[in-house]
Amino acid sequence: MTPTLQVFLIVSAALFSIGLLAALSRRHAIFILIGIEMMLAAANLNFIVFWRFGPQHQPPVGVMIALFSIAIAAAEAAVGLAIVIAVYRHYRSTNVDEFNQLRG
Amino acid sequence: MNSGFVNHFWFIPAVPFAASLVILSLPNNRRKVAAALAVVGQVLALAMSIMAFATTLQTPDSRVVLNFTWFTFGEQTLRLGFLLDPLAAAMLVMITLVGLCIFVFSVGYMAEDKNFPRFFAYLSFFAGAMLGLVIANSLLLLFMFWELVGLASYLLIGFWIERPAAAEAAKKAFITTRIGDMGFFLGMLWLYNRSGTLLFYDRGNGCLEAAGLATLGASATFIALLIFCGAAGKSGQFPLHVWLPDAMEGPTPVSALIHAATMVAAGVFLVARVYPLFALGAINGVTPSLTVVVWIGVTTALMAALIAIAQADIKRILAYSTVSQLGLMMVSLGVGGVAAGIMHLLAHGFFKALLFLGAGSVIHGCNGEQDIRKMGGLRRFMPMTFATYAVGMMALSGVPLFFSGGWTKEEILHVTAHWPQSHAPYYLVLAGVVLTALYMTRQIIYVFFGEARSASAHAHESPRVMTMPLIVLALCAIFFSVVLTPAWPWLDAYLTGEGVRFDLARLIQPMLFLSLVLVGSSVALGVWIYRKAGVPNGKRPANVDPLEYAQPVLFRFLANKMWIDELYQQTIIGVSWMCARLSDWMDRFFWDGLVRGFGACGQIFGIFTARVDERGINAGVDETAAGARGLGRLLSAAHSGQIQTYLGAIAVGMLALLLLYAWLA
Repeated sequence: MTPTLQVFLIVSAALFSIGLLAALSRRHAIFILIGIEMMLAAANLNFIVFWRFGPQHQPPVGVMIALFSIAIAAAEAAVGLAIVIAVYRHYRSTNVDEFNQLRG
Repeated sequence: MNSGFVNHFWFIPAVPFAASLVILSLPNNRRKVAAALAVVGQVLALAMSIMAFATTLQTPDSRVVLNFTWFTFGEQTLRLGFLLDPLAAAMLVMITLVGLCIFVFSVGYMAEDKNFPRFFAYLSFFAGAMLGLVIANSLLLLFMFWELVGLASYLLIGFWIERPAAAEAAKKAFITTRIGDMGFFLGMLWLYNRSGTLLFYDRGNGCLEAAGLATLGASATFIALLIFCGAAGKSGQFPLHVWLPDAMEGPTPVSALIHAATMVAAGVFLVARVYPLFALGAINGVTPSLTVVVWIGVTTALMAALIAIAQADIKRILAYSTVSQLGLMMVSLGVGGVAAGIMHLLAHGFFKALLFLGAGSVIHGCNGEQDIRKMGGLRRFMPMTFATYAVGMMALSGVPLFFSGGWTKEEILHVTAHWPQSHAPYYLVLAGVVLTALYMTRQIIYVFFGEARSASAHAHESPRVMTMPLIVLALCAIFFSVVLTPAWPWLDAYLTGEGVRFDLARLIQPMLFLSLVLVGSSVALGVWIYRKAGVPNGKRPANVDPLEYAQPVLFRFLANKMWIDELYQQTIIGVSWMCARLSDWMDRFFWDGLVRGFGACGQIFGIFTARVDERGINAGVDETAAGARGLGRLLSAAHSGQIQTYLGAIAVGMLALLLLYAWLA
């Protein structure tokens, strides 16, 4: 079976769905972050796949976009982790269900 | 002569004004500084007045005019100015000389007063205002100083403000003169309306020069009469004379200043100053306005002389005598004897100041007593006062030859006798002269002769600071006559701008003998009537005047000032009072009701708008607010604060968008 566009898109959609599920269902803040990172990975996979199977694949366009995206994701993860640590220090917990001070 | 000074003669009034301001800023315990400042200011003013006088001597018929622009509005410029002519210069010297004597006298007279510096500030202010009035070259500027004189007189008459009578008298003086000033002001407006200028002399364009007078026409009579209203008010002419005797409530030096040198002289001076207005269109020296002046003057002269006979207050007698003499001056001006009137004004300034200061000395010696019936025999206790007072009395009575008043009175009789319209004023003035000699004889007998009565038992001569001015004024009253005699009428010539020559023959004339006989006989009559005044004689008790005993009804009529005050009280004041009551009633019931009606309308409208507000606008706003609140409550429920709920919502939203996209594509 040769790898085609559909195969990759299915993989990426699966990855995204798994990430979304994790982000929505887990109660631990770190796991939510991991879910989000998985959704980002799915998006990056799409960039590369659409570049690779696109009509004209000049060398590094898609890869570079993916690299940028990974860099941004890293920065975002750093910020997210810092928030998680700050929140943990405050509440002595990482259970997101307890963080409801911003409710209307 | 210092020719530069001529252009700065406005310093003469400025110096007393400055002195007054400085004294007012002094603390109340700097008595000596205050008195020194005032006296020095007056000495400077006197020195400058003499310099100004000397300047006018050098150039006969001279007229120094200093005009300047006060302010400009649009095309119009309002110009004021100062004027130095023989009339002004003679007045300046008289005012400053008499003023200086009064100032020095006041140092002694007011020595125990607690408001000593304030008194000198007011005196200086008074002198400054009067000096400014004399040298004004514009009717407007003259009016300003005129009002300042009025203000100063108000302050000084009411100087002993703690006495209700003094406060009343000050108010009366101010209001009565204000009635006259109203006429003056209207006359001034009218004059400005017709001639377009209020400057007296302005290189041919002034309102008293031929070109200016030509624009007036028939209105000159009315303008002159309106201005005369002001003069009558200030100079105590009938029917506005009522304030003058009451002004005796002020300290005696003030009475002297008001009655001799300042205030009352202003009215006569004003008529003399604007004389061309009065004389415009004269036929044979007679104009309607001058005729009015004559008759008012005659009435005043005779009436005041009659009242003076029945007064018991030493100062009131002198006050009525002043009113009478001012009437005489007005007669003189009215019949065309401007120089005679002014000469009498100057001579009167000296001897009336002398009499008032003498009276002040008497009052001082009798510890404040002013009733002549309680004095008597003061000749022995106060020889210096007596001697000077006698000089003043003889000058006022018109004893000829040696006393200034005699010559000027002669002069007035002379011009009055030649008035073409009627001889009645002449005889009435003669009667006034007789009465003058009579009441002065009565006064001097009561005060200085006979036995000492209650108030004079412990009398003492006044200190030198008070007798010195008396001596100076007495000498002035005597030696002033040197320039007045018909043999060498120097002052007359100076005022009219004519040459003078010495002619002894003119000294001998029928008028002289007539007045000698008249004055002599009336003095003799006075001595005969009052020889036993103050002591019981037959059935007459000691405190009843001989004339009162003979004619009780007539005497009471005169003693009560002919009931003129009461007449005014009943008529003018009564009517004003009624008007005030009516206005009060109108205010209370009519206007007040109207205002209340408007108020009620406003209230009803207010209630209506309040209803609209509450029921309409407020309810709408409330409803909107409630809606917004409900919506907010609803939406806030969606904010659970749970991150995952939000995340889920985003996911659902994205899915919905995808489905929409798929469906649309």
